Amino acid sequence: MSDTFTMDSPQPRLLDQTGQGVIGTPMNRPDGPRKVSGQACYTADAVTEGVAHGVLVRSTISRGRVTGMDLASVMSIDGVIDVITDPRMIRNPAQGMAGEAPVQPGDAVHYHGQPIALVVAESFEAARDAAQRLTVHYETEEASVTPEGTSASETDDPETAGDFDAAWQAAEVKVDLNFTTPSQAAAAMEPHAAIAEWKDNSVTVHSSLQMIRFNKKELADTLGIDPSQVRILAPFVGGGFGSKLGLGPEAVAAAIASQRLGRPVRVVMTRQNVFDCVLRRSETAQRVRLGATQDGRITAISHDDTVSNLDGEGFSEPVSQASQFLYGADGLSFTQTVARIAATPAGSVRAPGEAVGMLGLEAAMDELAERLGMDPVELRLKNLPDKHPMDGREYSTRRLADCLREGAENFGWAQRGAAGMRREGDWMIGMGMASAARSSMLVKSASRVRLTGDRAVVETDMTDIGTGTYAILAQITAEMLGLSPERVEVRLGDSDLPGASGSGGSFGANSAGSSTFLAARKIRRRIADLLGCAEDDLTLQGGRARGLNRDMALADLVQEELEAEATIKAGKTAESHFSSGFGAHFAEVAVNEWTGEVRVRRMLSVMSMGRILNEKTARSQALGGMIWGIGAALTEEMQNDQRDGHVVTRDLANYHVPSHADVPGDMQVLFLEERDDWANPIQTKGIGELGISGAGAAVLNAIAHATGHRVYDFPALPDRVIAAMEVEI
Amino acid sequence: MRPFDYVRATAPDDAALVSGQIIAGGTNLLDLMKIQVMAPETLVDITRIDGLSDITTEGDGLRIGALVTNTALAQDARVRAGWPLLSRAILAGASAQIRNKATTGGNLLQRTRCPYFYDTSQPCNKRRPGDGCAAKGGEGRMLALFGTSEHCLAAHPSDMAVALTALRAEVEIRTPHGDLRRIPVQQLYHAPSDRPDRDTVLEAGDLITAVILPAPLVGSRQGYRKVRDRASYAFALVSVAGSIQMEGDMISRAHLAYGSVAPHPWTDGAVAKMLEGQKASDALFARVADALVPDRAPHPDTEYKRRLLRRTFIATLRQLTGLADTSGTDIARTQS
Amino acid sequence: MKTTLTVNGTQHEVGHDPRRTLLDTLRDDLGLTGTKKGCDHGQCGACTVLLNGERVNSCLCLTAMHDGDEITTIEGIGAPERLSALQRAFVERDGFQCGYCTPGQIMSATAMLKEIAEGSPSYVSDDLDAPKLSDGEMAERMSGNLCRCSAYPLIREAIAMAAEVKE
Repeated sequence: MSDTFTMDSPQPRLLDQTGQGVIGTPMNRPDGPRKVSGQACYTADAVTEGVAHGVLVRSTISRGRVTGMDLASVMSIDGVIDVITDPRMIRNPAQGMAGEAPVQPGDAVHYHGQPIALVVAESFEAARDAAQRLTVHYETEEASVTPEGTSASETDDPETAGDFDAAWQAAEVKVDLNFTTPSQAAAAMEPHAAIAEWKDNSVTVHSSLQMIRFNKKELADTLGIDPSQVRILAPFVGGGFGSKLGLGPEAVAAAIASQRLGRPVRVVMTRQNVFDCVLRRSETAQRVRLGATQDGRITAISHDDTVSNLDGEGFSEPVSQASQFLYGADGLSFTQTVARIAATPAGSVRAPGEAVGMLGLEAAMDELAERLGMDPVELRLKNLPDKHPMDGREYSTRRLADCLREGAENFGWAQRGAAGMRREGDWMIGMGMASAARSSMLVKSASRVRLTGDRAVVETDMTDIGTGTYAILAQITAEMLGLSPERVEVRLGDSDLPGASGSGGSFGANSAGSSTFLAARKIRRRIADLLGCAEDDLTLQGGRARGLNRDMALADLVQEELEAEATIKAGKTAESHFSSGFGAHFAEVAVNEWTGEVRVRRMLSVMSMGRILNEKTARSQALGGMIWGIGAALTEEMQNDQRDGHVVTRDLANYHVPSHADVPGDMQVLFLEERDDWANPIQTKGIGELGISGAGAAVLNAIAHATGHRVYDFPALPDRVIAAMEVEI
Repeated sequence: MRPFDYVRATAPDDAALVSGQIIAGGTNLLDLMKIQVMAPETLVDITRIDGLSDITTEGDGLRIGALVTNTALAQDARVRAGWPLLSRAILAGASAQIRNKATTGGNLLQRTRCPYFYDTSQPCNKRRPGDGCAAKGGEGRMLALFGTSEHCLAAHPSDMAVALTALRAEVEIRTPHGDLRRIPVQQLYHAPSDRPDRDTVLEAGDLITAVILPAPLVGSRQGYRKVRDRASYAFALVSVAGSIQMEGDMISRAHLAYGSVAPHPWTDGAVAKMLEGQKASDALFARVADALVPDRAPHPDTEYKRRLLRRTFIATLRQLTGLADTSGTDIARTQS
Repeated sequence: MKTTLTVNGTQHEVGHDPRRTLLDTLRDDLGLTGTKKGCDHGQCGACTVLLNGERVNSCLCLTAMHDGDEITTIEGIGAPERLSALQRAFVERDGFQCGYCTPGQIMSATAMLKEIAEGSPSYVSDDLDAPKLSDGEMAERMSGNLCRCSAYPLIREAIAMAAEVKE
């Protein structure tokens, strides 16, 4: 059994004392060769004999009830095996870390696009054909499908610190701005998929999921069976970005169908299914009010927002999250309204809150700087609070000021000049910047490390969704045990292995990295025992153990397998200290004065995010986030029909994730050295979401600088830029 | 896809052409069949018909076989030299992968990308006449500005067809009786009227065999300007194709066509009349643009296209007449 | 119906429904699951393969229409122990994250390098007759391959690195 380590006090920096020298290095991903050769096995790639193919049927009404289906019409289609409806089917994917069944609507329909049945056939073609041809009868009900149109909305009490109203009244310089952001899709390249097979009253489900420990419970609860009867496998996940945090309808449908038919069933969502029923990021309407003194000290901050979700979903996009801790003021106030609408439910998509909230906040900061006649970097530097403005916690570490200064220096910010002045032919050139912030967490996580000779195995149900888990867990273990990383095998994504945090909220490396570290530290102690020295006297390096005048090869010393499991959870340090990644984004854009097209020419982000475990995969995460920022700023907009709420942009031709051509080659990332002793025993912070947080705002602020006009409704599509420019030609 | 019979035609007079749905590149047809927007009972593969895959010289122009791929056409040395507008327009469309499959004939026949046409849960007169048009009152960013009817507001998405229209190309059509006829590209398309399901004038069994490209305007400057929501791999919001002949600073001939603003490549004869014989100037272009753009848009969501078309028209004309300073970040290209 | 395909140098006769796409034939009939289905509509590029040497979206190919054709998939480029220069460069430069779009990116890049070498132009070529291997050219030419992890700059670094090795 694994005992649990609770993070109650700062921990020594053991990873800085070990001698292997692999931690932090830009090691290639061990899973790389398989990925570049097509050998990495994603869910739909799992070879299963006798598999039947399932395709989900969507509802085509916004609210009501399914009263019947003309089964006969599709059962006669060659190859069709079954049309399955079942009270255990789920309405939509589980929210992250739910650990229990999502809403099981029975015959009720709550949004257009809801999965209402599964057609199973001998071939994918037959199943898709029948799923599309199935005639469904409904009883329809009135539904509100837009935040503006619904009467059902809930407004929280304001979260406050100090007296915002008084501070706002007294402020010498004010901005009071409204912003909107549309719904966005995670749009991972791998569509949500599952293959289920029952044996001896237990079900094994391959499914593309991020949080296996929770997903196992979700599936068991959904099916009404014991978690011990469920095994989930996800060794490779083709991108998640939050959309695979929770168990999805495809996995439930596959499990039910497989049970009923007594054979394995594969359900891969069509891309349209993915847009229809996978949790979206909510649209937001934001009002940001910033008040300051003439000399640029911010005195009042308010960030109110309206987001939406479907009834019964506990999640609401935490829009003002970063606004609550980034800058200080005498009075702060934050109010959220959640509109209940009959549309594809909302959930976590990469950096929920910051990803859209920082577009509003940081654009407002830019405009405040303009109003004050102050440099935007200076304004931010002047307003960094000593403590968390809302709850008084200390910052664990915060190198935001360094990021801002280093970024300005490296980007050539001093050459920025006045707005609307720089031109190259028809293109107006501008620079913009924004702060980056994304709070960092530690979530309960377990790992097992086994060592035989000089070969180690790491086992945990943690996932690698592209983040680099395979690489960093190998590096942590190799560093701790003095091994070359090639001697460490990392096994992930299997619910039979110790339960990790899962991949989400940028806490994966912090949490699963720490539990792996702790398990490896136990092995170190055992090695010290074998060698007959104290742990402090032990040096593990290059496959050898040294201590107290003894120097032995691990291959000789560790003849019998050593096994250790460890669990970590958050403790008192999370109450006393606030941990967050910080950074500064800088962007240069060109805006076509005629067509309003925007091209990002270069970007630089400087980030401090605790210890970097792998410089290469960390950089990839940062870059990915920055490019998501470009998408949010320029191209991504999910449209829902205002009458029935259906997703209009339900494919990748209509929902525009950035393409190669939207991203310049000159995308730079600088990491500032940092150790967060209060965060966890490996001194890390989350990385996966800091890159996006604020990145889009830097692009949008650069547009404002290029043109002298600001867009308030994002993304800045060509027509919106033209409208903002208001230039009579 | 619904089940279908697959038939391989080997000659243009194959009887199957009359009753079946022709497939060549299939890049749009299969896309639509997978979501059952189209559900032919018989699919007739014409890719093995000989003699439709060549580009040959015809007088001072070119005869482009209907099966010539978008890639082959765009990179043909003669096209690059004499009709760079066509190369650029093709290269502005889709992706390299799709252009390798898509054919000249098929590209002309691609269907609208209106999302309501693509969603079988929504009524659409183009899918089923008389069903109604869900795009009216729906999300209409990609809809047309000109030439719509009360039954359909959809825009034609082709880039290539816009270039061919500006270049005064003709389509060669073989009837089931073996007759060949030629019509200008823009006459290939039906106005939506009350039968928006009929995209073109083609009758059952008609086969596009070639596109005929006449000689370019001597000494013309040609360009294709495409504005879209993403820098590449996206359909146009608005596009302008132009071939301009100058005498000194005076415009002698102006052949222009506009994309993604109508159910077919849009042209406006009055524009050429206003431009020809005039000295290129910003004032002239602004005046002509005002005449080109309609007073109102048929859908509130395409109101922006009035402004965008106007601006894109002016920007393109400025470039093609040498008024523009082209020293800048020429990421969105027009000039050849 | 039956279709004969030569895939990665090996000839196969596959029996199939006329509706079968080349993508599904490769994955489900031939077990070549390296080619990925991301959208099934030619909108993402994950299914890119070489068809008679040219890159295409295999999701938009009917198997029935390719009797006698030669297909190259990622499995034909290089296995983990025998990676091609391009594959090695992707690993070295971290030109991927989740890896799902990666086979498509690599197939596409393989063809793209050949296209540029042959002088085939792109929308952003300054001179339609003499395209260069620049980052901007690569960005435009690779735009048919979406990568949601957004490894784009690193993908292009990897391609440039492999191109240099070749030269």
